[in-house]
Amino acid sequence: MLPFLRKLWMLIRRERFHRDLSEEIAFHRKEVEERFHDDGMSANAARYAAIRRLGNDARVKERSYEVVGFQFETALQDFRYALRQLRKNPAFALVAILVLTLGTSASIAIFAFVDAALIRPLPYSNPTRLVDVAENHALTSRSNLSRLDFLDWQRLNTVFSSMDAYTGSGYLLRNNSGTEVVYGARATSGFFNTLGVLPALGRSFYPGEDSSKAQPVVMLGYRTWQNRFGSKSDVIGQSVTLSEVAYTIIGVLPRDFEFAPQGQAEFWTSLQPSAGCEARRSCHNLYGVARLRDGVSLQTASAELKVIAADLEKQYPDSNRGQGAALQPLSELVVGEIRPILLMLLTAALVLLLIASVNVASLLLVRSETRKREMAVRGALGASRARLIRQFVTESLVLVIGQALFGLAMAYVSMQLLTKLIPPDKALRMPYLEGAGLNLHVLIFAGAIALLNAILFSVTPLIRLPLSELRDGLSEAGRGSAGRVWRRLGSNLVVVELTLAMMLLVGAGLLGKSLYRLLHVDLGFEPDHLATLRVAGPDAEYRNPEQAAALGRDVVNRISALPGVQSVAITTILPVGFNGNTVWLRFLDRPFNGEHNEVNQRIVSSGYFTTLQTQLMRGRYFTDAEDASKPKVVLVNQAMASKYFPGEDPVGKKFSYQSFDSGTTREIIGIVRDIKDAQLDSEIWPTIYMPFNQDPDPHFSLVVRTSQSEESILPALAAAVHEINPAIATRDEATMNGRINDSQSAYLHRSSAVLVGGFAALALLLGVVGLYGVIAYSVSQRTREIGVRMALGAERASVYRLVLNEAGRLTVMGIAAGIVCSLMATSLIGKLLFTVRSWDIMTLLSVAAILGGAAVVASFLPARRAASVNPVEALRTE
Amino acid sequence: MANKPDLLPGTLDMLILKTLTRAPLHGYGIAQAIKQLSDEVLTVEEGSLYPALQRLLLQGWVKAEWKMTETNRRARYYTLTSAGRKQLGIELSEFEQMIAAISRVLQNA
Repeated sequence: MLPFLRKLWMLIRRERFHRDLSEEIAFHRKEVEERFHDDGMSANAARYAAIRRLGNDARVKERSYEVVGFQFETALQDFRYALRQLRKNPAFALVAILVLTLGTSASIAIFAFVDAALIRPLPYSNPTRLVDVAENHALTSRSNLSRLDFLDWQRLNTVFSSMDAYTGSGYLLRNNSGTEVVYGARATSGFFNTLGVLPALGRSFYPGEDSSKAQPVVMLGYRTWQNRFGSKSDVIGQSVTLSEVAYTIIGVLPRDFEFAPQGQAEFWTSLQPSAGCEARRSCHNLYGVARLRDGVSLQTASAELKVIAADLEKQYPDSNRGQGAALQPLSELVVGEIRPILLMLLTAALVLLLIASVNVASLLLVRSETRKREMAVRGALGASRARLIRQFVTESLVLVIGQALFGLAMAYVSMQLLTKLIPPDKALRMPYLEGAGLNLHVLIFAGAIALLNAILFSVTPLIRLPLSELRDGLSEAGRGSAGRVWRRLGSNLVVVELTLAMMLLVGAGLLGKSLYRLLHVDLGFEPDHLATLRVAGPDAEYRNPEQAAALGRDVVNRISALPGVQSVAITTILPVGFNGNTVWLRFLDRPFNGEHNEVNQRIVSSGYFTTLQTQLMRGRYFTDAEDASKPKVVLVNQAMASKYFPGEDPVGKKFSYQSFDSGTTREIIGIVRDIKDAQLDSEIWPTIYMPFNQDPDPHFSLVVRTSQSEESILPALAAAVHEINPAIATRDEATMNGRINDSQSAYLHRSSAVLVGGFAALALLLGVVGLYGVIAYSVSQRTREIGVRMALGAERASVYRLVLNEAGRLTVMGIAAGIVCSLMATSLIGKLLFTVRSWDIMTLLSVAAILGGAAVVASFLPARRAASVNPVEALRTE
Repeated sequence: MANKPDLLPGTLDMLILKTLTRAPLHGYGIAQAIKQLSDEVLTVEEGSLYPALQRLLLQGWVKAEWKMTETNRRARYYTLTSAGRKQLGIELSEFEQMIAAISRVLQNA
């Protein structure tokens, strides 16, 4: 303790300490000198002998001070020196910090999203034990459960401690300004218990509240409670009317509650079975969520449910034919789609960071090259080797600290920006992304990056500093060998940079091409000048078919009369929506063995195909006059024709539904071109189109073909519908092109293409700047050589060739290695590509051309400088 | 100055303290004293002496004050403190044990 206090005392009086020590050593030298003089040396000789005898007194002082000084003091010195170094060379400092900030912030920001989506557990108790439970069949690997199947699975399984079901729902909510469609979800009574979610207010469903006899109850989402109910705590027990049914509010879900599969749901009602669909085993509209019993693995559970499904298939051969069980971790359902994208983006960001780091490392290498003399001088003046090493470490730490701070700040900004860029409806489907922020995981990640860079930046200049030969740095001889080492190492580094840049460029090229292909996929209709709107007439007023048909007719007439409208049509499901809403068919002219001939079913008005400007391949369209009083007719798409009528003419063929109203037969009257019904990257399912007038429904969507801008007509559409009846709800007015651009597949493709494209652009810049640096430096090192060559009669052209050859060699190596590496990394990107192969030759060639072109530009400048070397001057400077 | 044996590691502090038991000395005086008393066998490098003196000061085993020499120059004299005297005792006995042990090995091996 006492020595520490003394140390502190000396720290405070260190001026005095240094003075004392200097004087003391001067005295010592004087005494030695006098003794030599007394021994018979001349005064001068004695002085030099004394100096030699005492050696380096800076070293003596430093070592003495090290004894009493604090470690941090010398560290502080180094730090100040490092800052001075950086200030003295602001261009280097600026470039290094900027380059590192770019790489670091991109990586940190993407990692924050990776953390939010993939690392942090879902906000449920013990979320890894939760599984998504669904059925599957020939057309799809995950399809809805029917309610009766769900009840059997729930009852018969021994692998779940609980199992519940949910489904999305839409409600009409009256408010001051009219009627609004709101999203909701219906869940069985144990749903929130299975998830392990406790309400923020009130209670969750009681067991049995999902039976048809129970009082209808609803739980509010937290934001619903805030936005629609003013955050009042007395809402519990109040009643809210949804689609003309009064529900008692029993609870409010917690603020951090999220359930991505039903992310839009504002109201959670108990799942009271509907009379139609949910009473039939063949009607599939639910998904299951279950908690695995302790010690039961997903495989075991999956096997048992497959057995249960097989038993049910035997028991109910009609409805359950081919209906299997499909289980996966709930997290897979939530983030399965976005995981490969995020991992690819993280890889891309890390590659960018690596380029940035290599770039700065090679800058440091050049600097250490030019600072060789400085180090030699410092060494000669008595700086110990450890001290010199520490100087480099300190300088790298200063850089890295700057990088980390700027990187974190910019990562924070870009995270905010990226989060804002997610459209609201996508954000609801990816609620977990909201949690992206600078949390502990992200800080650890940032720290790890900083640590690795600190090591890299400390070691790089040291490679260049063979400390044993410090003295060589003072002599000219140091130069030639340094140039050799630099050329070997420095140019290898730039090849690494170019390789990585090439990889990112290939990735961006492939994703860009894939996005282009996706947005230009054959839709089967003409999307320009199409406006769309969802319409929902209240059941009370439009329940019976005549009323619904009349509503459709009124809406079409009213909208047709709007200026600029060319034609209007109705469909139950808009194009670029989803596959689903299927029915099972039974063809009348062929034997039927209970197989499920599953097809999409869309109910459309007669003008649908002409409004979409699709094509009639065979037969005829139906007319408005073909209503409930006429024979039932349908149109089918090409996929349906080729799947169920290969080599046959489907026109004139008849079918019925398989399991109900089988008395009603429908006749195929024509084939229409395949329309992209689902996501842009999905396949086209067999589809039947039925006349709206024969199966009217008060919930439908409008497609409106306009003569001018479809954008401008959107507000008029909803207004026109409300003029018919203010109680009719409208929603989702959008242009068809807007729908396509905002569709999930386009959104995901675009996000990854844009981000990777941005990374690739930066990588290209860094790689090319790195190449420029290497070539320019190599030219500056070879000025004498070039001068000699020119003095000996070399042409300017040959000097150009000399420099461009070197640049060309490095670039070609980078491009070739980049192509090889991208081919090896295809597993990261292959799944994300739409109709583009990961070894797409055109992309590889054009990307190589871009990088090559940029490299030529970058090396042309130093080449010109080399060619303009004046041989006389070049030789004289040596 | 070549061919002179190095000091045994860890003995410099002890030697300095010992030379100070007779009278306060300045740094040069300490170096000279060690040299003379060892019949010119041991040489203390200044590069080791001054750091060692700072260490002893820090530990409180010596204290330093500026005084005039006989030749009327200002010099920094080091004086042994009582803590230093105690420390010297400890180091001497440790050193003697060490020497005894080493010679036993050398004689009997």
